[in-house]
Amino acid sequence: MMADDEPILSARGLSLSFGAVRALDEVSIDLWPGEVLAIVGESGSGKSTLLRALAGEMRPDAGRVTYRDASGEALEVHAMGEPALRRLARTEWGFVRQDARDGLRMGVSAGGNVGERLMAVGARHYGDIRTEAERWLERVEISPSRIDDRPGQFSGGMRQRLQIARTLVTRPRLVFMDEPTGGLDVSVQARLLDLIRGLVSDLGIAVVLVTHDIAAARLLAHRLVVMRHGRVVEEGLTDRVLDDPRHPYTQLLVSSVLAA
Amino acid sequence: MTTEGYNFAYLDEGTKRMIRRALLKAVAVPGHQVPFGSREMPLPYGWGTGGIQVTASVVGPDDVLKVIDQGADDTTNAVSIRRFFARVAPGLRTTERTAEATIIQTRHRIPETPLREGQVMVYQVPQPEPLFKLEPRRAETKRLHALADYGLMQVKLYEDIARHGRVGSSYDHPVMVGGRYLMAPSPIPSFDNPKMHLSPALQLFGAGRERRLYAVPPYTEVRSLDFDDHPFVPLRASGSCALCGADHTYLDEMVTDDRGGRLFVCSDTDYCGERQEQQAAERAA
Amino acid sequence: MYVAVKGGEAAIANAHSWLAEERRGDPSVPELSTGQIREQMTLAVDRVMAEGSCYDPGLAALAIKQARGDLIEAIFLLRAYRTTLPRFGASLPIDTGMMRVRRRVSATYKDLPGGQILGPTFDYTHRLLDFALAAEGHVPLPVPETDPGEDTACPRVTAMLADEGLMAPEQPSDAEPGDLTRTPLSYPAGRPLRLQNLARADEGFLLSMAYSTQRGYGNNHPFVGELRQGEVTVEILPPELGFPIEIGDITVTECQMVNQFNGSRTEPPQFTRGYGLVLGRTERRAMSMALVDRALRAEELGEEIAAPAQDEEFVLSHSDNVEATGFLEHLKLPHYVDFQSELEVVRAMRAAAAPAALREAAE
Repeated sequence: MMADDEPILSARGLSLSFGAVRALDEVSIDLWPGEVLAIVGESGSGKSTLLRALAGEMRPDAGRVTYRDASGEALEVHAMGEPALRRLARTEWGFVRQDARDGLRMGVSAGGNVGERLMAVGARHYGDIRTEAERWLERVEISPSRIDDRPGQFSGGMRQRLQIARTLVTRPRLVFMDEPTGGLDVSVQARLLDLIRGLVSDLGIAVVLVTHDIAAARLLAHRLVVMRHGRVVEEGLTDRVLDDPRHPYTQLLVSSVLAA
Repeated sequence: MTTEGYNFAYLDEGTKRMIRRALLKAVAVPGHQVPFGSREMPLPYGWGTGGIQVTASVVGPDDVLKVIDQGADDTTNAVSIRRFFARVAPGLRTTERTAEATIIQTRHRIPETPLREGQVMVYQVPQPEPLFKLEPRRAETKRLHALADYGLMQVKLYEDIARHGRVGSSYDHPVMVGGRYLMAPSPIPSFDNPKMHLSPALQLFGAGRERRLYAVPPYTEVRSLDFDDHPFVPLRASGSCALCGADHTYLDEMVTDDRGGRLFVCSDTDYCGERQEQQAAERAA
Repeated sequence: MYVAVKGGEAAIANAHSWLAEERRGDPSVPELSTGQIREQMTLAVDRVMAEGSCYDPGLAALAIKQARGDLIEAIFLLRAYRTTLPRFGASLPIDTGMMRVRRRVSATYKDLPGGQILGPTFDYTHRLLDFALAAEGHVPLPVPETDPGEDTACPRVTAMLADEGLMAPEQPSDAEPGDLTRTPLSYPAGRPLRLQNLARADEGFLLSMAYSTQRGYGNNHPFVGELRQGEVTVEILPPELGFPIEIGDITVTECQMVNQFNGSRTEPPQFTRGYGLVLGRTERRAMSMALVDRALRAEELGEEIAAPAQDEEFVLSHSDNVEATGFLEHLKLPHYVDFQSELEVVRAMRAAAAPAALREAAE
């Protein structure tokens, strides 16, 4: 049975160095089912490295990451082996990349991109796959008439929405997002954030969101983790951290946003 | 050129043993590509070295060998390979009759005459990796096979239907063997794919340049990849053979003049010849 | 319609007779002997031995004659012969430190122990056609021999750098290296198999890959630490004797490239080695091999893999010209069964599209 009183993902004592640089220094975090957790900090703070370590894409020098799967079993992410990790990545997990080109198949139509995860889990009815893809395109505000177009013909914002549809189509329980609004125009960003917020709350997905954009974090996240030099310097409920930052670095981050 | 000083069927016995061991493994894991120490052969890579090595490893002096290319016994490459075995395997009989053969080495076709138990089909395979156009790295495709992660292949079929209204691969159309391994059937026309399913013959596949062997044991399930609502349809030219009248065989198109004139004849020359003989006999009777 | 008609047998026989006639050329011109090829087409012989991976100048000369000078065809002939030979054993590793050097140059040191020996090289010749060669009967004057001195070992430049701690040491291993002529490559292949593959890789391919690293596709800042060419002794160790016996001398070319390396998580900045060792006097091949070897060490040295020459699977699986030429040329074989299928698909698609187009035109 699934237990909602236990974290869906928890990390303990993650450390990782690149030469003399400590990218992660004894990082521990918990993520609860249905919760959106934002990891904020400047570039080089270690937030993207943390995301990759949590998702099993990068092995830490020390520490462990535990995922509690749909059946309630606790799995060690870095000990489960590649087959299990891959299966997880295409079923219960999703990953939204900053550059949609890394998360999409650029040579495959929008419908094929959305359909891939369905087919990976056994869907074999072309018409059903197509209907589901059309539904999801609509849901991310892309006209279903574009279903046979390739992502190369889409704008940056559309590509990112397509990547989100492709990721969410199999209703994952946990999604990792790496700067999902990075590199987009401000007006496009706002619309995309709204869309993500709606989908995540409708589907009850747990999200680890990495962003340097405090405004995005405020809009999406229930809870914030502030990172600097590979360490967690402050964490707490989003409103609390942003309205009453305690660590001087957080104060600086928040004020620089307000000033901008 | 003489062939003195060569072992029976060219390959030394050590090499044959190595290949037979790999074949046994291939039979034990149907559809799985088994690496093998492919030798340089006196014929070029891409011209059937894999098939020749497989044939050389399983052939004995009591066998009857048939070699076809494009379905025909008299195409140059088939002639060349048959002559090669006639030269290096003293005692071996060759035939053009499918029914008489114990080993049939082929490039690009499966005979129309149904195969029977005890026969061995040896396919020449240029590219054993069914996923190579989608993922060129063999280190990665090996992983995909190990995990039975074939979603990518299905995406390609999806794209074919979305773009062309039908599954696009008219030949070398990928198959699932025994419900486990995705396999390239070699560039046979999709028309021939159904003949692999539950075939009473042992089917062996040799890719010399890529150094892979694989196999489909007798009576093994071989399913062409498709969608439930877009089932696999084997294709042939609509028409019948100008020589024997067959309307159920794979046809070659012959251009008869430069004004667009054309006719169709059976690609399988042995099958067509037999039908013509039979028809002549019936007329005489 | 060359395949659809009967008579393949006769066609092949006629083609082969014609080929033999073409090979011989004008019978009023004296026939080329394999001895002449062996002695006067030495670099062609060396290339065929290197890529045919079989050290036999006589057989290589025969292969060149039979192939009408098509070296890839000659390499193929030699390989196909080599593969039938029984194997009696493996030689001991040759010691290029004990090479009887006929050429040895270093680009990193002006002078060095053992000296620079230019040797018989095209370097510094002016590439002007020498019309005097067109006249026969010209025997060049013998080169006055200088006293070779004592037969001493020539220290390696890379060893001198290593003594200073400036050259990254190689990981020594007594493990039996794989044999790519017996076991198919799988990836990652590792350096011993990589070097085996490169040593008999197509020279043009190797050259292009090496050249691409010089043009920024996987740059590795190379210097020719040392290039040496000469004879080495091959020994085998019969188990029943318990001591090595010499079975002959072969000519080899060795190139050690010295490359910059900025250091990594675990290694201090130092030089790293790209290594080339090939049969015969195939210097261009040895240098190319050393550059490509170094480029392929990118992963091991923690460098970003961004260029084709750094991609082991890409390089090793496309380097063999016998494989490549066979597969390329098989496109000449009939493909009409597959083409027929393609025809049917295109026709079916056109038929399906036509009514729609008509409808649209009518609207």
